[in-house]
This record gives sequence, C-alpha cells and structure tokens, in this order.
Amino acid sequence: MTDATTDSQSRDKKGGIILDMHGLRIEGRSDEIWHEIVHGVNVTLRRGEVLGLIGESGAGKSTIGLAAMGFARDGCRISGGSIMFDGVDLAKASDDSLRQLRGSRIAYVAQSAAAAFNPAHRLIDQYCEAPVQHGIMPRSEAESDAIDLYHRLRLPEPESIGFRYPHQVSGGQLQRAMTAMAMACRPDLIVFDEPTTALDVTTQIEVLSAIRDIVRQFDTAAIYITHDLAVVSQMADRIMVLRHGNLIEEGETRGMIEDPQKEYTRDLLAVRTFRKELSDEPDAEIPLLRVQGVSAAYGKVPVLHNVSMDIHRRRTVAVVGESGSGKSTMARVITGLLPPSQGAVYYDGQPLAPSHRRRSKDDKRRLQMIYQMPDTAINPRQRVRSIIGRPLEFYLGMRGEDRDARIMQLLEMIELDPDEFIDRYPGELSGGQKQRICIARALAAEPELIICDEVTSALDQLVAEEILKLLQRLQDELGLAYMFITHDIATVRAVADEIVVMLQGEVVEHGPKAEVLSPPHHEYTELLLSSVPEMDPDWLDNLLVERSDQPA
Amino acid sequence: MTIPASSNTFGGRASPWVSRIAMAAVHFFILVIFLQNVTVDTWSAVVGLLFAHLYSVVALTYWSKIERTAAGDTVIVTVTLEFVLMAAIFWERASAWPWSTLFGLAMVQICAFAAVKYWKDLRQAPASAWFGLIVILIYVMVAATAPIIAPYGETEIVGSEYDVWSNKHLLGTDNLGRDMFTRLIYGGRNTVGIAFTTTLLAFLIGGLTGILAAAVRGWLDQVLGRLVDVLMAIPSFIFALLILTIVGTSIPSLIMVIAVLDATRVFRLARAVSMNVVVLDFVEAASLRGEGLWWLIRSEILPNILPPLVAEFGLRFCFVFLFLSGLSFLGLGIQPPTADWGSMVRDNATLITYGDITPLLPAAAIAILTIGVNFVVDWFLHKASGLKD
Repeated sequence: MTDATTDSQSRDKKGGIILDMHGLRIEGRSDEIWHEIVHGVNVTLRRGEVLGLIGESGAGKSTIGLAAMGFARDGCRISGGSIMFDGVDLAKASDDSLRQLRGSRIAYVAQSAAAAFNPAHRLIDQYCEAPVQHGIMPRSEAESDAIDLYHRLRLPEPESIGFRYPHQVSGGQLQRAMTAMAMACRPDLIVFDEPTTALDVTTQIEVLSAIRDIVRQFDTAAIYITHDLAVVSQMADRIMVLRHGNLIEEGETRGMIEDPQKEYTRDLLAVRTFRKELSDEPDAEIPLLRVQGVSAAYGKVPVLHNVSMDIHRRRTVAVVGESGSGKSTMARVITGLLPPSQGAVYYDGQPLAPSHRRRSKDDKRRLQMIYQMPDTAINPRQRVRSIIGRPLEFYLGMRGEDRDARIMQLLEMIELDPDEFIDRYPGELSGGQKQRICIARALAAEPELIICDEVTSALDQLVAEEILKLLQRLQDELGLAYMFITHDIATVRAVADEIVVMLQGEVVEHGPKAEVLSPPHHEYTELLLSSVPEMDPDWLDNLLVERSDQPA
Repeated sequence: MTIPASSNTFGGRASPWVSRIAMAAVHFFILVIFLQNVTVDTWSAVVGLLFAHLYSVVALTYWSKIERTAAGDTVIVTVTLEFVLMAAIFWERASAWPWSTLFGLAMVQICAFAAVKYWKDLRQAPASAWFGLIVILIYVMVAATAPIIAPYGETEIVGSEYDVWSNKHLLGTDNLGRDMFTRLIYGGRNTVGIAFTTTLLAFLIGGLTGILAAAVRGWLDQVLGRLVDVLMAIPSFIFALLILTIVGTSIPSLIMVIAVLDATRVFRLARAVSMNVVVLDFVEAASLRGEGLWWLIRSEILPNILPPLVAEFGLRFCFVFLFLSGLSFLGLGIQPPTADWGSMVRDNATLITYGDITPLLPAAAIAILTIGVNFVVDWFLHKASGLKD
C-alpha cells in the first residue's frame, strides 16, 4: 500500500492522522425526547488507511460514518466529542466550511447507488458536479478525468459509459460509477456505506476489487461500513466492531479474524456455521410440486426456457443463481402470477391452473409465499393483528376470540411476545421482526409449501441466521416443504436438501446438496461457489490471481 | 346467563354518573324543543324527535368506545351543558329553530369528542394548525346555528340601501337594504355547505374510479382515462357555464356539475398515487391470497394513499369555493335571494368606489377559511408522513 503513490499529489505520506474522532456522542430524537445512540466512541484514521466498521443494524455504523463528514441525519444531532479532520473540528465547524470540505476532501458512497444517483442526469454530469462546483478543475478536464477513473474502475466502455443515464447501467456498474464520483476531487477520506450489500456475489467481487485498487492507487483513507465480516476482512487494515453505539473490539484485521477477543465478535464470526441436518431421501411418492417443461416470457422477452423441477414434502429445494437468472420468475409462474407459455405446474399430481385467478381458494391456501423485502411485503397501515388475522378469516373462516387465540399462538410460534406485538404497526418493528410477521402470515394459511424469495438477503447476518433457524424449526414441526430462492451460497449450504442452479432462465445443474456442492461442478456453479467471500484476508487476492490465470 | 359485556354498553361501568345525567338532560332538552313545535309542524317535530334519539344513541355508543379520562369527560359534559345553557338563554330563538339547535349541539359534541380523543396529537400541534382548527370550528358553528345567531332573517329587508355600520346593523345593509351581518352568516352556511358537499362528492367519484383504474388496469383504465381526458380538454369554467345553462341552476345540479368536473383532477391524482402502491409486494400478496377487488381498494390501497388525497382535499375545497363564487359572480351560481359570499361581493361592488370595505368582507371570509383549511391539511400531512420536527 505504501508504494502506491500515483496521483497522490503533494499530500502527506501514510502515517499522519487525518481523522480523529474523540468521545463522539450522537443523539437521535424519537417521541419528542433525545436518546443517545452513539455513546462516546473514539475513531482515529491515518492517511491511506482503510478502517472497517462492522455491526448489526442499529449499531450506529452509518451514523458514525456520516459523523466523519460532520453530518447528522434528520432527527439526529452530534451532542458531544470532537471530530478533528486535518486540524479542523467538524463538530463545531460552520455549515459553509463543511460544505467546502464535503465532496472535495471527504466523500461518501451510499449503499444503494440506484437511489443515490439522480435518474434525470447522465452519470458524467453528476460526476463533474463536485469538481466544477468546488472550482478544482474545469468541466472539460473533469470529463477526461472521469473517463480515466472509469478505466481504472474497469467499467465497460469507459469512453461512453458516462453519457448514459443511471437506469441504463447495471447495479454493480452504478456502484463503481459512484465510487468514481467520490474520487473525483481526490478526497483525503471516503466513507463507504455498505457499497456491496445490494449486489449479488459475482458482481460484489468486481466492485470490491475495483474499490480496493482505487483506494490503494490514490492512497486515500477510507471508512468501510458493512455487516459482513468476510467482506470487511478483504478491504480493511483495521476493524472496529460496534454494538448499540458502543465499541466492542478494535484491532488489526488479521489479528481480529484469527483471534477475536470478545464474545460478540466470535458470534459474528461464527454466524455462518448453522447447518441443517440432512433429511432422508424423498419417498418415491408423487412430488408435492412438479414444474414440467415450463417456459415463460415477459411480453416478448423470454425469461424461462424449458425448466423442470420437483419439490417433495418436508424437503427444502434451494434455487440459486445471480440476479436476472429467472429464479423469481419461476416463483411467479408457480404462484400463478405469470402464466407460462409452455409446460405446466402440478400440485400433488394435479395440474394447477396457469393463472392464480382461476385457482381455487384451497390451492392458494396450500401454497404461500414469503417475500424478499419485509418492508414492502406487509401493509404499513395495518396492525399485526389484522395482517396475521386476515388469512385466518379468509381461508379458515375464523372469527373473534378463536381468531385472536390463533394469532397469539402464531406469534408465539415465530418467537415474538404476543401481548407486546399484536397491536403494533409494521413501522414499529425491526427488519427481522417484520420478516417474522411475514412468516406468521404465511403459516396462518396452514400451507404445505412455502416459497421463500430471498427472505434473508435484506437482513443482517445474525438476524438472517435466526430466521433460517426459525424456518428450519417450523419445517421440522409442521412438515412444510420450502422452495428457497437465493443468491447466497452460505444460505444454501445452511438449509438446502436439494439445489437447483439457474443461469439465464435455464437449469444448469440440479441434485441433492452434497452432489452439487462437491466437485466436479458445472463451471457456473464453480463461479458462484468461489465468489462467496471467506473469512480470510487473503481470499480476494488469491481468487483474483487464480481467475486471471485461467482465461475467462 | 351472565351478562359481562352488557355493563359496558352505553358508557357502562367506566362512565361516571355525571355523564349519564348530562346526556339525559340534553335529551330532555331537545325533546322539549321539538315538542313545542308539535302544534305548529307535526311532521317536522316527529322526524326531529326521531333524529334526536338516533343521535343520542350514536353519541352514547361512541362515548363508551373512546378511551376516556376524567378530564376528557369533564370537557365533553361541560361543553354540552354550556351549549344547553346558551340555548336556554335564547330560548325563543332556540325553540323557533329546533333543527339548528340540534345541529349545533351535534357539532359541539362531535368537536368535544374529537378533541378528547385526539388530545395527544392536538397538544403537539403547531400554532398554525390551531389557528386553522379554530377558524374551521367557528365557521362550522356559525353555519350550524345560523338562524339562531343571525339578528335578522336571511332575505328580510330591514333598512335603507347601503346603510353604514351602526349598532342596529353591525356591518350596514346591502344594495336592497338587507342586513349585511345576517347575510354573511347565512352565506357561510350556503357557500361552505355546498362547497363541502361538492368536494366530498368529487372525491368519492374521482378517488374511487382512480383507485379502480389503477387496480384493474387494462381496458377499464383506458376507458376511464380517455373519458377524463375529454372532460379535461374543455376549459372547466366554460363547460360548467354550458351545462348549467342547459340543466338550470338548481343547487343539486350545481353540486353535481362541479363535482364531476373536479372529480377528473382527483381521478388523475388517485390513479397516479395508487399505481405506486399497487406494485408493492403486500398488494401482490393480498391478490395471491384471493382477495376481491373491494378489499384491495379499501384495505390495501386506500390507507396508503390517504395522505396525498387529504392534501388534495384541502386544495380542491378551496378551488371549489372559488369556482362557486366565480359562478355566483357571473349569476349562474347560487341564485338570489339565497345569501352567498360570491354574489354578495358582486351585488355590493359599487361600494368599493366609495372607499367602503364592506363588500370585501365576504371575500375575506373566503380567504380566511381557505387559509385555515390548508393549515390543518398541512399539519395532517406532516403527521402522516412521519416527520417529527
């Protein structure tokens, strides 16, 4: 890292302290009262150093990351401590001087690039905004600089990609364009706020390596915020583990991964150890659900090509593949939202009507779905009581006290305290709790098969693992079958009995878990498997070397 | 058989004896007022009595349902008794207009109920919202009890033309020698009443069809959408003038025409915001569950698009108001001799040349209500969007 001096201009060498937050306290306002959410955290960062901030949601990672720019979100305020950035205390600096610093000397890369870009302007226009605004370079120079950075970040067609609009490039490319934008003024410090969380594993690798290279090339100090310890161990020199606004542990990356000192850090490290006990081979009986030779298209765009698969009772079938591979479309065909153009879906040996409108109430009841985003999957204007109660009324005709008793039972089943939660609105629940409510809503219908569409991808790892354990327990107790759609191989390893690997609308490999996960793989399975970050700080380097050796 | 639940109906266990006595007193009072009229107008008295009974039942049921405190009870009881006391003082007028008395009482109680129920929110409301609420409250009370508080009759000629402000005629008289203050009060009743009904109707028609178009899509969306386009293509004022010339300017046709014209704007908004909600997973989940269209509209979509609709309601209400006043000014709105703020400006416009501000008072009344309504809507929006500061 020390030898990367290209373009670092006349700045100090690595070693000088660039950012020193001391005794940082931040308060948030809710119910008209200020609550402290960050309780006196110290953060120091040297030039050229990458610091990883890690913890569950609500740990205060993002809040601290933003505070490094002297910024507090709406309804938050910096209530104590100092934020020394290159000799200036940002906590006391005026809005004007902060505006001078932000964008030029401190930059920010947001979690969702798609939401952070203005969809009405081209990428390069947004790139040029900061350098021109801060008077660092004229527009023409900024444009050629942008193209240079697009090159370095290995974006395809770097000469012309800047002239596209945000919706015309993919998520991973957008995230890299955003990194380029943050680099525009060659800042001293960049805050990365979960830049790869929304991407799938194969894309994540590209973005990770691009970010890491560019940070090294320009010798920029960075704060890398994530909840994924495996990711952060690739990126950071030093890691700080946070929980509830307190520092739990701090140390060099290698040391921390190999020998964590605190219980909580060990929990975080151990998170991917959950494994399902393999259940018996399926009986030879008729499969619960059979998809036979299904092709489907959105309008004229074909999405699925002659896909077949079986799901047996009490079994979990994981469907893996990157985004756009047709996994979710498959779920839409099975639920009847998208009638297939060819082939059919059989339930318990009987053909299901292609469209959900033509299916009987009982067919609908037996097949339930849990969605990826618990935020949008439940109506924010309904209380938990009516969310879970509705299927009970609708399918089972339960009313009044019967219904309430059953709601209580279901809430207990998903490990939420019935009296406390029954009259809450979704807005008063955490992400994990919302997902539990979604599970309860599916269970209320007393289904036989539940389609889980990326149910854990929007959740923190610790929470995700609890959800997986819950689903597993419910399968054991109620004998459910799951179709588990995911792009996360760790999840697959944890829960699957059988695996179906999909690529561009076709099944490329399928079979029992042990078979698919052990070599020889289909080359696409191999790519997916090798892209899952491991807890080894050298993993990314080794992988990149390995991949550059063999021609793509 | 045990009767555990029955003790809770009608206020029940939790209700202190004061509340029951207060309610009984009010009931008795209304009874007396309407019975006085039996000799004059039997049917109206009988209908009035039935209505009063119905209202008492509804009020008492509601009373038992809201979460109450001793302070809340005291407020409701005090306000009610105060109104009764006022009506007793103006006994002659109150008994001459029993319906107004009943409506006035209903308004007073509804406001008191609402204030008690939403006190937590009200306490945190900004000054502007309080201003708006008080303005609306005053207008509503004045409209409800217009005949009781107005010194003269609505169309009564009581003095010479264009009399100046005096003790006898608080705001002078108009071009025909009618009392300006009285006309202002009745004008509030007519104009606000019609504008409110029209806006409500416009939202019922436009809102419902808008959500329907978004939920069903396909040909229904196309048909409704193009129909609205056609209606919107014609300047609405000209269109209203045209239709009103054909069908005549009765109040029902006035309400219908303006409501349909305004419903086109509401349709567009409702459809646009519903479109954003229909694509969300919980709507998909509900339709996969097999829910019918009405459930989707009422339970899944409507609650989620309410904030923008309410904001639009405030705006639309003001537009309808101005539209009505405009029509009245041109002579196609509310017809004389019914008092109406729009035509009052026109009738007395000559006075402005003499530097008299009296003709501007009805305009000011419109302006103040418009501002008040929008303050309240702003506050509601702010709360609904979840912004705390």
